[in-house]
Amino acid sequence: MDFAFLYETFVTLVSAIPTTLQLAATSVALGTVLALGLALCRLSGIAPLDWFARAYIFIFRGTPLLVQIFLIYYGLSQFREVRRSMFWFILRDPYWCAVIALMLCTAAYSAEIIRGGLLSVPHGQVEAGRASGMSRFMVFRRIVMPLAIRQSLPAYSNEIISMVKATSLASIITIMEITGVAAKLISETYRAIEVFIVAGAIYLAINFLLIRIVALIEYRLSPHLRQAPVLPPVAAGETR
Amino acid sequence: MTQPSLFDLLGSGPDGWGPALAAGALMTILIALAGYAIGMVFGALGAWAKIAGGPVARGVAGTYTTVLRGIPDLLVIYLFYFGGSTVISAIGHLFGASGFISFPGFLAGALAVGVTSGAQQTEVFRGAYKAVHSGELEAAIACGMSPFLRFRRIIAPLTLRHALPGMGNVWQVVLKESALVSITGVVELLRQSQIGAGSTGRPFDFYFIAAIIYLAISTLSGALLQFGEKRFTRGVRRG
Repeated sequence: MDFAFLYETFVTLVSAIPTTLQLAATSVALGTVLALGLALCRLSGIAPLDWFARAYIFIFRGTPLLVQIFLIYYGLSQFREVRRSMFWFILRDPYWCAVIALMLCTAAYSAEIIRGGLLSVPHGQVEAGRASGMSRFMVFRRIVMPLAIRQSLPAYSNEIISMVKATSLASIITIMEITGVAAKLISETYRAIEVFIVAGAIYLAINFLLIRIVALIEYRLSPHLRQAPVLPPVAAGETR
Repeated sequence: MTQPSLFDLLGSGPDGWGPALAAGALMTILIALAGYAIGMVFGALGAWAKIAGGPVARGVAGTYTTVLRGIPDLLVIYLFYFGGSTVISAIGHLFGASGFISFPGFLAGALAVGVTSGAQQTEVFRGAYKAVHSGELEAAIACGMSPFLRFRRIIAPLTLRHALPGMGNVWQVVLKESALVSITGVVELLRQSQIGAGSTGRPFDFYFIAAIIYLAISTLSGALLQFGEKRFTRGVRRG
């Protein structure tokens, strides 16, 4: 093992971590908003909205993410109207194209997770909220949403991990995030195995941290599932 | 200048890319099938190690699944494609060959897809084995079946039955992952669409067609899998 080379690779790759994290964070944040909209469409009971959301989820889960990225980055430039539109400065930029594609894709997956979470909220809780005189919106904000978030967190952490992994595809449209820099190093040095080990370790570390963070949030959100702390016995006559 | 329509692009005429795209789709299916088969082997070995292995085997299998599920598939493809070339060139030098020998893209792609899907398959098989009732295994032992007979008659069929839905999911993932193999230059569906997009200047049309073909393949194979699932769970009462 050539530790000097490994260290050098590590230093080079670390500088690409912010790009990866930024891509993942932006697309997950935007995707979650979109996913909530889609989940509500599916649960709205209004047929056109339901069918729109179903079709959207079917299409984005059934095609490879790379095809979606190519469609947005290379495909849209085929139309002169797009090139002349006010959005061209966004659609011309590989970074924003990657964010848009990742966001649209994660929204399709997260929508089903959120829908599952919303469906898992017991009717009794909603009815109790209504009986206390809360408006529908307030029931949603105070009762349904918090319970649904808690329920869907484990599945959601999987989705976040797969988004961090999916950001690697942005390297194919020239974005220098971790995989992009790693590919460049490999083609410069022909030392695929060493570069792979370092890049892989960085991804593993990021994902491990993310899993721990989500697990911590889950722990904080579910005090009712934990055993009550055992209080030390109080000696007779002592006041606490 | 008249532009060929979307249907001319799909046809087999002078402007037609139909046959080329069909060949690409076939290659995509081949890569996915090869990768899936390799993944099944890795999955079976991994599950076996996790269920029945000693501490060392369990540790190796645990590391395998954790690592492969935590790093991007693209990185694994790069490893096999470039790393494979490095190893083959080194072996070539031993036998007096000179220069750089490139690793076949198909093999690198299928191996990479196989190794990554194997990690998911491991968990699918392990979960399915756990769903087999211990009473059924005990009954087999009580009947005096040898371990091999027990595996063939009881464990394998029952595990497979429980594993089918998860295996279907892995297949869909593998199919979509096969698109990444296009970076190795294997002319599968996405690569063929890139070529078409480049030579006609109509990227949207080509990627759109590719997306529809991917959707069609995944929908058809999904229906097939569901049919298989129904057949293998005959006689199981659904709650």
